[in-house]
Amino acid sequence: MNQESEWPLLSGKSLTLSYGARPIVQDLSVSIPEGKLTVVIGPNACGKSTLLRALSRLLSPEHGQVLMQGRDVSQYSARAFARLLGMLPQSSRAPAGICVADLVARGRFPHQSLFRQWREEDDRAVAEAMVATGVSGLADAVVDELSGGQRQRVWLAMLLAQQTPVMLLDEPTTWLDIAHQLEVLELCRRLNRNEGRTLVVVLHDLNQAARYADHLIVMKAGRIVGSGSPEFVMTEALVEDVFHIRSRILSDPVTGRPWILPLASTGHMED
Amino acid sequence: MRFLAGSRKTVWEGHGISVLVCPRSLAVTSLLLLLVVCLGAASLGVGAMGFGPDLLLELANQPPGSMVHRVFFDIRLPRTLTAILVGAALGASGLIFQSISRNALGSPDIIGFTTGAATGAIVQIVLFSPSALGVAVAAIVGGLVTALVVYGLSVRDGSVAGYRLILVGIGIGAILSAVNGLLLVKGDLDNAVVANLWLAGSLDARNWGHVIPVGLGCLVLMPVLVLLASRLQLMEMGDDTARQLGVRVEAVRLTMVLCAVALAGLATGAAGPVAFIALAAPQLVVRLLPSGRLPVIGAAAMGALLMVVTDLLSRLFPLEVMLPIGRMTGVIGGIYLIWLLGRVRGI
Repeated sequence: MNQESEWPLLSGKSLTLSYGARPIVQDLSVSIPEGKLTVVIGPNACGKSTLLRALSRLLSPEHGQVLMQGRDVSQYSARAFARLLGMLPQSSRAPAGICVADLVARGRFPHQSLFRQWREEDDRAVAEAMVATGVSGLADAVVDELSGGQRQRVWLAMLLAQQTPVMLLDEPTTWLDIAHQLEVLELCRRLNRNEGRTLVVVLHDLNQAARYADHLIVMKAGRIVGSGSPEFVMTEALVEDVFHIRSRILSDPVTGRPWILPLASTGHMED
Repeated sequence: MRFLAGSRKTVWEGHGISVLVCPRSLAVTSLLLLLVVCLGAASLGVGAMGFGPDLLLELANQPPGSMVHRVFFDIRLPRTLTAILVGAALGASGLIFQSISRNALGSPDIIGFTTGAATGAIVQIVLFSPSALGVAVAAIVGGLVTALVVYGLSVRDGSVAGYRLILVGIGIGAILSAVNGLLLVKGDLDNAVVANLWLAGSLDARNWGHVIPVGLGCLVLMPVLVLLASRLQLMEMGDDTARQLGVRVEAVRLTMVLCAVALAGLATGAAGPVAFIALAAPQLVVRLLPSGRLPVIGAAAMGALLMVVTDLLSRLFPLEVMLPIGRMTGVIGGIYLIWLLGRVRGI
């Protein structure tokens, strides 16, 4: 059930990524299959965010190249690329006093120009994004005054308003309670199933990853140690190797997906 | 024309063109501009030779070259225009720096850029000649070099943290004001007196040589700021968020810094180091306008208004001596800053 052979929409070839002199990722190749929901998991500091930043052009690779539709991403103009790929970074700052509708409207920037500042389709995109994320009722609310969960959904709405066929989300569930976590994941699945968008999502929860991923990428210490469907990738040996826990892998009685039952920690996560 | 739900803006459409307008920003900015024009006109009449409301009539009746003409065109008009242009340049420059550093204290007068511009100007006055154009160029160079040093020392891991920029700027500013003092002591006595007067920040004896450089600067640089403001506004959400929206973050920041430094340098070259306009004008205008926008024209208008009002006050002040404008803005700005600190939590 290896899905590597499918035509990748977005791929990285022998990437070396670093901040300053400190290499985070070395000689890594990855492909993101088109029209799938890809989930990236791995312990802290394994290079998940760094990989996402490289795929979204926020970080230029030291070596290697990132290809979008077969073309090096650095060849796209900044705005043309922003119409193809949207990225939700781990943290963004809301400008003081801005209201929700104005913040979501900022997602339309790559579609605007000096003489085309706002059209009907911009209205529609913003309204749809706010409905999809359930923040329509908050249009006039000040973003600073929202709860963490609401704020995260507002940022997601901004990304949705950008209307990109490819969306990368860096830990979109981190600050949310369980209900909102599931809401965000269901939204991701809807965007993928109903609108055919390609999604790459970094998650921490192994069971959520196994349940929602069409394609799973497992990273450890700057390398990819497993990729493919969750059934294929998620094994007790891999979980022990990557996350340093002994576990049993069962079958989720509801979805039939792998269900990881953690048993005990096997040591430190120093690598 | 359509009203956008929730976002307090209207869209003007037609001929395939659509423009976003915020009615409240438009109203506030127009009002500020109107006040600048009215008070500017009033300030033309203040002085030893009083001009009444029938000023224009008086001018029309007198032949060119007459006393009235000379007082009006060679003294009053350059003074008022210098006040307006310097205020506008400082207001816009302050807005840009406060946005880039994400801090109200990140304005060019606090982080040493105007002090650096003053150093350039004093070097020019003391060592070369106090010609207006020379001083303007030297002030820009001084401002740019200072900006480069402050920016270079504040960069860590490829990005500039706001508070670091401010602390480094205050340090460099302190060093430069010591250098300025030293230059005054070391220089020729006559030139030192000229430089010292200049250092107080003054609108006295301004001529067209002062007006033209800062006027041209505003004419060229303001449109750049207005065009790039929407991008800088997106950068307030963080570099990654702006970049993923298609903003070329580094290019925008570099352009904006250069323009803002040039404006601060030109303003300093024209009127000496004028305190607090760059700090206060953007903060005041941001409180009057709907949030989340970067009002370049509004900040410029507010800066111009503050300058004209301060100039009027300093000339109407019931004192035997006219207070130099730089000192006057210092007094007013200090009071404002204390009020701001008392009002805002978390500073």
